[in-house]
Amino acid sequence: MLAFIIRRLGVMLLTMLCLSFVVFFFVNLDPNLRKLAIFQTEMRASDQDLENWLQRNGYRDNFALRFGRWVGVWPKEPVIDQATGQPVARFRFCSEPTESRFSGVLQGDFGCSTAFRTTVSQRLPEALKATGILMFWVMIVMVPLALLVGVLAGMREGSKLDRALSVASIASTATPEYVSGIIFTAIFASWLGLLNGSAATAMSKGISFSNFTLPVMTMAIYGTGYIARMTRASMAEVMTAQYIRTARLKGLGFAKVVVKHALRNALIAPFTVIMLQFPWLLTGVVVVESIFNYKGFGWLLVQAASNNDIDLVLACGLISVLLVLLTQLISDVGYAVLNPRIRVS
Amino acid sequence: MESVGSFGIIVGIAARFWPVWIALALLLAGVVRYKRKLGLLGHLFDSLIGIGGVLICAFWLFTAIFAHWIAPLDPRVQVSVMKNALPGAIDPETGMVFLLGGDQLARDVFSRVIYGARIVLTIAPAATLIALLVGITLGLPAGYFGRGVDHVLSFLANLVLAFPVILLFYLLVTPGIMETAIPYVMAGVLFLFPIIFFCTLFYTRYKERPEKLYIYLAVTLVVGFWIYAGLVFNADPLGIISIEPNELNIFVAVVFASSPGVFRIVRGLAMDIKTRDYVSAAQTRGEHPWYIMLWEMLPNARGPLIVDTCLRIGYTTILLGTLGFFGLGMGPESPDWGTAIKDGSQVAQLRLYFWEGLTPALALMSLVLGLNLLADSMREQSLKD
Repeated sequence: MLAFIIRRLGVMLLTMLCLSFVVFFFVNLDPNLRKLAIFQTEMRASDQDLENWLQRNGYRDNFALRFGRWVGVWPKEPVIDQATGQPVARFRFCSEPTESRFSGVLQGDFGCSTAFRTTVSQRLPEALKATGILMFWVMIVMVPLALLVGVLAGMREGSKLDRALSVASIASTATPEYVSGIIFTAIFASWLGLLNGSAATAMSKGISFSNFTLPVMTMAIYGTGYIARMTRASMAEVMTAQYIRTARLKGLGFAKVVVKHALRNALIAPFTVIMLQFPWLLTGVVVVESIFNYKGFGWLLVQAASNNDIDLVLACGLISVLLVLLTQLISDVGYAVLNPRIRVS
Repeated sequence: MESVGSFGIIVGIAARFWPVWIALALLLAGVVRYKRKLGLLGHLFDSLIGIGGVLICAFWLFTAIFAHWIAPLDPRVQVSVMKNALPGAIDPETGMVFLLGGDQLARDVFSRVIYGARIVLTIAPAATLIALLVGITLGLPAGYFGRGVDHVLSFLANLVLAFPVILLFYLLVTPGIMETAIPYVMAGVLFLFPIIFFCTLFYTRYKERPEKLYIYLAVTLVVGFWIYAGLVFNADPLGIISIEPNELNIFVAVVFASSPGVFRIVRGLAMDIKTRDYVSAAQTRGEHPWYIMLWEMLPNARGPLIVDTCLRIGYTTILLGTLGFFGLGMGPESPDWGTAIKDGSQVAQLRLYFWEGLTPALALMSLVLGLNLLADSMREQSLKD
């Protein structure tokens, strides 16, 4: 088991390195660097000025070297102002090392966000916390609801209740966040006027029922159907097992059989699915936070990507990849722990 | 502004869809008449879910085909009086009814949704098909040979799968990237797979019968590279197949994002089927591995693959909508549903003129729902056999 986890962690690190490299490559494409240079110099800078700016700030150094600096395995050189001979920061709003030293992700230096005019490490935790709160409420709503629907549908396969719940689950998986967000806002905010169509106040004034219900509902609906269908399949399979028949034949009531015998075994498969939902939820987070103007991680990612904020995109990419890989690992390990029939080798 | 009222809207919309109703009636008549001979399609009509799925999918398919007859206006035409007009409002000059109102740029919402269907229903199935061929061409050897090939390909597939889709799109589908060669290189690589697939398919089957082999290979190569030239280099000699650079970019991104999923499924199926007796029999006969993969194993994996493809077209539709929603790739004037949802979902827009966002949202949802229902009933059918 330990060897398995260690090997998985190794593969995980390799994956993260590869993906960071890919993101690094893409954000440092020439058109993006030019945009950055245009943004940082005056509007009417000539091509030569832009090139000089890029050259001076180390954007034209060897690519592998720059990646090494970002990771923190190669020393970062300070930018020296030619007039004064003093080291200057590349961006006014972030301090940078004044002498040559290792300062990358490994040392906790995520770089400088040009869009928010602060260091990435200052902006990111706040956004992650906001998204964490959103995710927490989504999970609270989504998981019990999905499990309940799945168990109810799967305990009597082919019944009317099963048909109805299955169609409802299919419909919910056919409703991406940007669709359900619009439908819910149109109904509950525009038409009935019950809820707040924007979650912007959740950041400043705290979470309330009226400003947080719509984002949570919108995000939960897409995943619910998927988890419910997995639970249903798993439940239906368990219900045909020998030991359930034995329990029924020895005279136990249906409800008791479902709760005491079937439920535990039926919930193993959905556990993996729920864990694997996290990366899926990430896209949902981005959409929902954009629709409802909630300034969390997803909103930050959109701002970073659309404003060509190189270091912030890199940090966001790293965090989301880490999240995806960690949940995969937890789901694999958890599956093995929960199900004694599975042995990792 | 005068309006035809809600009854008028419903009748008006139903009337505009006349080519679709005729086509659906013909389809239904055909299915009822030849149900026995149709195999899977006939069996789909045994359950309500199946009927619903087929009807919704066929509805949108016919809508896309007959879009120019159904839509009263060009999706880009602006009639300035009709800005944010209510559904059912009548244009005072021409007397034309804007059945689902006008949007913020005074275009007919109904016409835009209809033309949007055409865009979605060309890109989504085509991209899924190419992703399917890429996934099959790589997944079969990974599952069949295992070991090194499998390790390398699985690692690469997991790399792409670990990448958050939305970040991938933000990196891959930006105006800046079209200045570089990356989309074209990716298109060049990805679109090569279908050609390789079909060439291998025919070669392994007919290599002892050259007279047939040459015909098949020639047709594959000519058609393949004709489409290839048109798509990748935008240099179709006949000028029939052409694609805008931004559409190519979207297309490539969507194919790239969904191929690893297909790869995983095909690999799993191949690993399972590899242990069957007929595969051992073919190996004992001394068949070429690629013959075994393409002519013995692939046909036996078709059930799950068809179901997955159906679901995947729906998922691709959602991805396309996501791209449009974030304003990536599609032009701002494009009538595709994602862009329309984005335009309609701004706070002020959604509060006052909700039909502008709601209409394309419902359209997208119903199409995906139809595809999911279809996939579900096909799965039920394949479990029965």
